[in-house]
Amino acid sequence: MRGEAFWKKWRISYLFAAPYVLLFLVFTVIPVIISIVLSFTSYNMLQPPIWVGWNNYVKLLFADDIFLIAVKNTMLFASITGPVSYFLCLILAWFIHELRPMVRTFLTLLFYAPSISGNVFMIWTILFSGDAYGWVNGLLLRWGIIYEPVRWLTNPDTLMWVTILVTLWMSLGTSFLAFIAGLQGIDETLYEAGALDGVGNRWQELWFITLPAMRPQLMFGAIMSITSSFAAGKNIVSLVGFPSTDYAGHTVITHLMDYGNIRFEMGYAAAMATLLFIIMVGTQKLIQRLLGKIG
Amino acid sequence: MKLPLYRKRVTRSSGGDFAALVMLVILGAFMALPMVYVIGSAFKPLNELFLFPPRFFVHNPTLDNFKDLAVLMADSWVPISRYFLNTLIITAFGTAGHVLLASLCAFAISKHRFPGSRVIFSLIVLSLMFAPEVTAIPNYLTISFLGWIDSYSAVIVPAWASSLGLFLMKQFMDQMVPDSLLEAARIDGASEFVVFWQVAMPTVRPAWLTLIILSFQSLWGNTGSSFIYSENLKTLPYALNQIVSGGIARAGVGAAVALVMMFVPITVFVINQRSVVQTMGTSGLKE
Repeated sequence: MRGEAFWKKWRISYLFAAPYVLLFLVFTVIPVIISIVLSFTSYNMLQPPIWVGWNNYVKLLFADDIFLIAVKNTMLFASITGPVSYFLCLILAWFIHELRPMVRTFLTLLFYAPSISGNVFMIWTILFSGDAYGWVNGLLLRWGIIYEPVRWLTNPDTLMWVTILVTLWMSLGTSFLAFIAGLQGIDETLYEAGALDGVGNRWQELWFITLPAMRPQLMFGAIMSITSSFAAGKNIVSLVGFPSTDYAGHTVITHLMDYGNIRFEMGYAAAMATLLFIIMVGTQKLIQRLLGKIG
Repeated sequence: MKLPLYRKRVTRSSGGDFAALVMLVILGAFMALPMVYVIGSAFKPLNELFLFPPRFFVHNPTLDNFKDLAVLMADSWVPISRYFLNTLIITAFGTAGHVLLASLCAFAISKHRFPGSRVIFSLIVLSLMFAPEVTAIPNYLTISFLGWIDSYSAVIVPAWASSLGLFLMKQFMDQMVPDSLLEAARIDGASEFVVFWQVAMPTVRPAWLTLIILSFQSLWGNTGSSFIYSENLKTLPYALNQIVSGGIARAGVGAAVALVMMFVPITVFVINQRSVVQTMGTSGLKE
């Protein structure tokens, strides 16, 4: 009887959720579980995997110097691009939202375009070209700031900063659009009520009304920033090559692609993915706590 | 005095409005620079493309690059319209299915809070943080087990279950759809699907319009290369990449290709954003 009542109450809910959840299990959950299991094996994709226990993890943490460089670089990269792109998305979305519709659409497109422009970001390799003809070098030489061209993309001291700049340039994507849509979902009467209650300027309004009202989008944006900043790799390789000078642009993902796609050590690559996953989940928990303090 | 660009609001000073505008213009110029360069390059004749030092703006604009692209596309073994159709099918079905399935599930999670919904939602958020490079192989095995290798389904069906769309829709339903609105519709005797389709979905219109852009964008650029082998099922980005990979002599064509590939998503974006703005102007659906 109890089962029947339960079924009657939730039947529609499960029916609604079932198609998506089923596909999600098949195409996401199962592959992730398989990958985690593979991280305890030695697997070259041709022969069956061999169980090696914690070996991959021990090797990663204690015997792979380059992995530690990659973790250090990823941390630096993520701790800058993550927060900066997050606040850039938020502030710009907020400013743009105040504008009249036509201007708003135009500016949204202007800021969003780099993130959908595919390989257009490779243009930065011309701007930051290492000889005197590169745009940045040319300007800095002419202004007398530097006296010889800087090899931006091969010098280990500069290449990471260039990739960070380019990443920020193309980072106004998913979160930016979500924020813009989120701002549109805020009830206008909240602002009127706020003004009557003594909200005096735009910053107070942002803190006491806008941000609390769009907390779900803030959480969404935070997770998007975490995933994209920790998972950077492909674009970095396009900019600075692989391997980069002294591994200065080496991230966990480039290390992972090295082992997964070049050396066919899939078990080892899966162990890296699992460690990166743990780092990201930890960061997310931390940020979730911070977001709870808003407003 | 208010700047005419802004909508009126009490809590705004015109000095602040002006400062915000200046910041937008400066950053906007920085964002636009490389795009301007690419657009310029697409119209550059060969001698300007390889000019040293490179020139930012084009001096003698030409349509040669686009003509070359047209010739190369006409030469291709499979007609280019076929690649275009393939991409169109994948993008249209993938986006429509994803928006529908993700919204339905997000609605049930956000508004019904059925037993197990919290676990499912945490799994979906967590899955965003697992590097897709590693799951590619298990995924390939699954798709080959289903017998979908070398078919549209191999790209379309996994796209339906992408984690991002559900997360986005769920967050917006939390923010925008008040329970009382749904309750009112239920009391009027609406079935749960009608409540979802005619009450919840119109309320979260900015959300699914945004999701359409995101999903369209990722499928439009999909090369499908690891699953699709038959030449006549391959996608437009794949075909255009082949043209560009012809080497240094194709640099001009490459710039033209970059522009052509961006044209459709940008058009979709502009139409889409305009309808976002229109809804917000006309509907007063909020209580």
